[in-house]
Amino acid sequence: MATLVFLENHGNELQKGALGVLAKAASLGDGDVAAVIAGEGAKALAAEAGKFGAAKVWVCEDGEVAQPLPQPRVDVLAQVVAEGRYDTVLFANSVLAADVAAGLAARLGAGLNWDLVDLELRGDDLVGKRPALQDSVYADVGWTATPRLALFRAGSFDATPTGGGEPEIADVSPSYAAHSTAVKLVGQDAEESSGPSIEDAAVIVAGGRGLGSPDNFTLAEELAKALGGAVGATRAVVDAGWYPYSAQIGQTGKTVSPKLYVALGISGAIQHKVGMQSSNTIVAINKDANAPIFEFSDLGVVGDVHEIVPKLTELVRQRKG
Amino acid sequence: MSRPSNFPPPFSTRDYVAEPTDPEDERIEVGVLVVGAGPAGLACAIRLGQLIEEQPELAERLGEVPVAVLEKGKQPGSHLLSGAVVDPRALRRLFGERFRMQDLPSYGPVHGESVYVLTRRSALPIPPPPPMRNHGNWVFSLSELGRFLAEQAEEAGAMILPETAAQKLLVSHGRVVGVRTGDKGRNREGGELGNFEAGSDLVAKVTVLAEGTQGHLTGVALDRFDLRGEEPQVWELAVKEVWKVAKPLDRVIHTMGWPLRTSKRYREFGGSFIYPMGEDMVTIGLVVGLDYRDASLSVHDLLQELKTHPKIRKILAGGERVQWGAKTIPSGGFNSLPRELHAPGLLLCGDGVGMVNVPRLKGIHYAIESGRLAAEAAFRALQRGETPATALSSYDDAVRDSFIWSDLHEVRNMRQVFGRGFFVGGALASAMTMSKGRVELGKMRAEPDAEQPLLLTDRDKGYPAPDGKLTFDKLSSVFASGNKTRDDQPNHIRVERRVPREVAQLWAHMCPAQVYEVGREDDDGTVMVDLAPSNCVQCGAITAKGGRLTPPEGGSGPEYTVT
Amino acid sequence: MKIAVCVKHVPEGPSRLDPQTFRLDRSGESALNHFDANAVEEALRLKGDSDTEVVAVSLGPQKALDSLRKALAMGADRAVLVSDDAAAGSDLVATSRLLAAALEKENADLVLFGQQASDADGAVLWAAVAERLGRPVVSQAMELAVDGGSVRIKRQSEFGYDTREAPLPAVVAVSDAINEPRYPSLKGIMGAKKKPQEVLSLAELGVDSGEAGESGSRTTVLALGDPPARADARKIEDDGNAAQAIVDFLAEKRLV
Repeated sequence: MATLVFLENHGNELQKGALGVLAKAASLGDGDVAAVIAGEGAKALAAEAGKFGAAKVWVCEDGEVAQPLPQPRVDVLAQVVAEGRYDTVLFANSVLAADVAAGLAARLGAGLNWDLVDLELRGDDLVGKRPALQDSVYADVGWTATPRLALFRAGSFDATPTGGGEPEIADVSPSYAAHSTAVKLVGQDAEESSGPSIEDAAVIVAGGRGLGSPDNFTLAEELAKALGGAVGATRAVVDAGWYPYSAQIGQTGKTVSPKLYVALGISGAIQHKVGMQSSNTIVAINKDANAPIFEFSDLGVVGDVHEIVPKLTELVRQRKG
Repeated sequence: MSRPSNFPPPFSTRDYVAEPTDPEDERIEVGVLVVGAGPAGLACAIRLGQLIEEQPELAERLGEVPVAVLEKGKQPGSHLLSGAVVDPRALRRLFGERFRMQDLPSYGPVHGESVYVLTRRSALPIPPPPPMRNHGNWVFSLSELGRFLAEQAEEAGAMILPETAAQKLLVSHGRVVGVRTGDKGRNREGGELGNFEAGSDLVAKVTVLAEGTQGHLTGVALDRFDLRGEEPQVWELAVKEVWKVAKPLDRVIHTMGWPLRTSKRYREFGGSFIYPMGEDMVTIGLVVGLDYRDASLSVHDLLQELKTHPKIRKILAGGERVQWGAKTIPSGGFNSLPRELHAPGLLLCGDGVGMVNVPRLKGIHYAIESGRLAAEAAFRALQRGETPATALSSYDDAVRDSFIWSDLHEVRNMRQVFGRGFFVGGALASAMTMSKGRVELGKMRAEPDAEQPLLLTDRDKGYPAPDGKLTFDKLSSVFASGNKTRDDQPNHIRVERRVPREVAQLWAHMCPAQVYEVGREDDDGTVMVDLAPSNCVQCGAITAKGGRLTPPEGGSGPEYTVT
Repeated sequence: MKIAVCVKHVPEGPSRLDPQTFRLDRSGESALNHFDANAVEEALRLKGDSDTEVVAVSLGPQKALDSLRKALAMGADRAVLVSDDAAAGSDLVATSRLLAAALEKENADLVLFGQQASDADGAVLWAAVAERLGRPVVSQAMELAVDGGSVRIKRQSEFGYDTREAPLPAVVAVSDAINEPRYPSLKGIMGAKKKPQEVLSLAELGVDSGEAGESGSRTTVLALGDPPARADARKIEDDGNAAQAIVDFLAEKRLV
């Protein structure tokens, strides 16, 4: 296997998700793993890639890739794949990475499996694990030819350093297709200071009827603020007018998959479950020991939200310092 | 104890009858307007297509769109639910020489049947009473049959308009001239959302209401044109599930007795049906008359309890539930039919007016036949260029001459006798059918379901706790109906919101979709009724028991596919 | 101007995977992918009252015409369906090839996609199609404006908002935040049937059947299984220390 991992950088940092994929690739232990970084300051980030398992890092600092645009990166990767004869290219999902991966798949006529959460080597075959039908079923997916492209769900792998040393660094400067350089970035806004929107939030604290009254939604709000997350609501409380529809999570509301979902006083009826069941980690607090939510939470706490949540919020604040 | 009828809903027929208000050039004109893409409505559309093909010059008189069928569900079939074991005679008459049973999406003919009287642990087989014998009949999913008939109707030239609710009856100079469709894109408070789309005036030369049980405009029309008969209509509530099973079921099964109570005091009339659907599916349902008295009765939960019976558990073992649904069945029979089935510009068909043979548990073939006859009556009137009030009276004559009338007359007192309790009722019912209706019991008055006085037991303590494998709670069942109704829309259910506790409890237990909950109690002992209207699967039970269902935004409600 | 909108007909209701073929069971009811409704709406907004032509394009079985008709009912002018038995089971490589061939025939100034397909949850098709067409692509559009020969897009990513410009012809994928799709009016629904609807086979498209369906695909589904039970799921009762237990748990997972 000759594996190449696409590392995304933003500002002066390599994205954790991509580093996790790199570490995973290295752990498969089948041949050397290479990485590619494109953008301003790519070279300076190469050493970091080595720590997570890259034996070789291709860097491109052309003007064409100075902005976070996907299409010129397709040209870079196509060049690297050809030069390095890679048979496997891995991506960690992001808005940018998805566009690069798909563009590359079309450029190379290569199979792309996306939304993967795991990867296995079975003999010579690479097998990906892909949740389907709102995570109710897992499919083993494969490729019928090389190169094999894979796009992993955000947060699939932890970015744990593998203790690798200094990588070999190679410059790459491809020729760019005309359409690749047609898009221009003409403006950028800072992140909204009012907190992340529900769909993008890495942490969501959601309240249900177990909160008892609309005033008690402050419990959810305070905890969300402390955790740096967004506030969600169940259909029942939105129906009752306790919280706006824009915060409703569930079958007829929004579907979310944050890293952490904290469910306060939520029973976990299926209408709600299908909107949040692919959250990475689910913590549920509910007075009713038989609430269905306890069947799919990672940590279920049977107790009174009014007693637990204020203490929890305080402890989180203290921890974050 | 209270009666739900003492707390009538805030509903007035007047609000649903109007003159057309759109400017004339914005009104949508069709030839014949059919409301409801169920077996009656689609049969009407298919027959009209056949007649128009025979006489194309009439097509011109009907305009650009000769036949339009409105359907409030996502698509034809989305709101169709029944057993169903269908008597094919009406389908044969509808398709004539073209008819071939194998072209229809059935699950095959009935191969055998059994009837059991259940107790908690045993099942006593009894010979199937004559009206319940199903030799020669075929098993269908009504939802699938509806989709098939819709395709046939479109091929015959009808235009089917799904996700469109008929909100108001358009009446001008004493004549029905069409319907006004419902608005879309309103929020909970009734305000307009960004994509608000107002309803339209749909005008037609003849309007056929084929809305099914508890048809909204049918109810409005019966009041507006004073068509109700002397006897009130009464209903039963059916809750059913479709299961994938490991072992094929080789026969049609009906049960009586447990879990319903036999004492006359409770007035629990009904039974269950279990039908094979091919080799790997089975449908099981429980039907209970809504004249029951115990406020803690929940047909959904009784169905869950029924499934725990050893005999039934065995049928479902190793299987998986794939769909759930609920619907009312009009059960007043012959005596509850309207005194006339037509009004100026208007024809009424099917379950909407109660064409159901309760002892045979059949109504689909009457719906189809009535739709076919309605098409012929409409066509005759249009041919003659007639519009006077009597133009459509030939429809009534045709129905009276048909098997619909003779069948329903034969079993006319069947339902009412069971008010005297299961055993007495059963004997009387047998006597009636054996004699083909010649046993005269005197006129047996049906009382409206909502006028039954309530009593409260702890029946609900006996319902099984849902295990998610064999038994299920209401919310996950609503999910299994495919219901994903948009939440932020006006409440479509009319009920008195402050009632005595037992009335609120009645509704909370009655509703299979958990729309009603007992809310805050007030000082005077009454409670608020809390609503979750987006759960509603539009079964119609609330209309029978003290409230009034109206159609929500088009496209809302269940999305049945195999019910 | 001509705008092409790519729409997909997807299964409705509880989805099932066929245990034999591992493909999505598409035999039940299906409908226009609701994310694509945003794309159709955006095309219609750009069209306004002008004589811009909006064409809805889809790849699927015959009943995908239902979804195309919904697009026509909303206001699109024309519909094109690529339908061929040989195309069933196409993966991204094959699908993008077929769609690109159809879109090349249309030669639209702007090609729009919706955010994702609810049946495959894939947010990748547009970039592959754009590459095959050799056109610039911008995704996650929250606001779209066409000015002279270029398109200006305000978009949202994990890092905030940015604005991009691309010369036409271009491919844009819109997010579901961009608009609220209109309900088709009754007149629209009734008029849809009369609008031109074209069905193209692979041969008519000029694509060899070997390049479609399974033979044209480069990925495959090997097996279906149950998801892993949430590893070490815990349930505790509050004895006064639940808050601390939760914080410890979160710390363990490096979530605080």
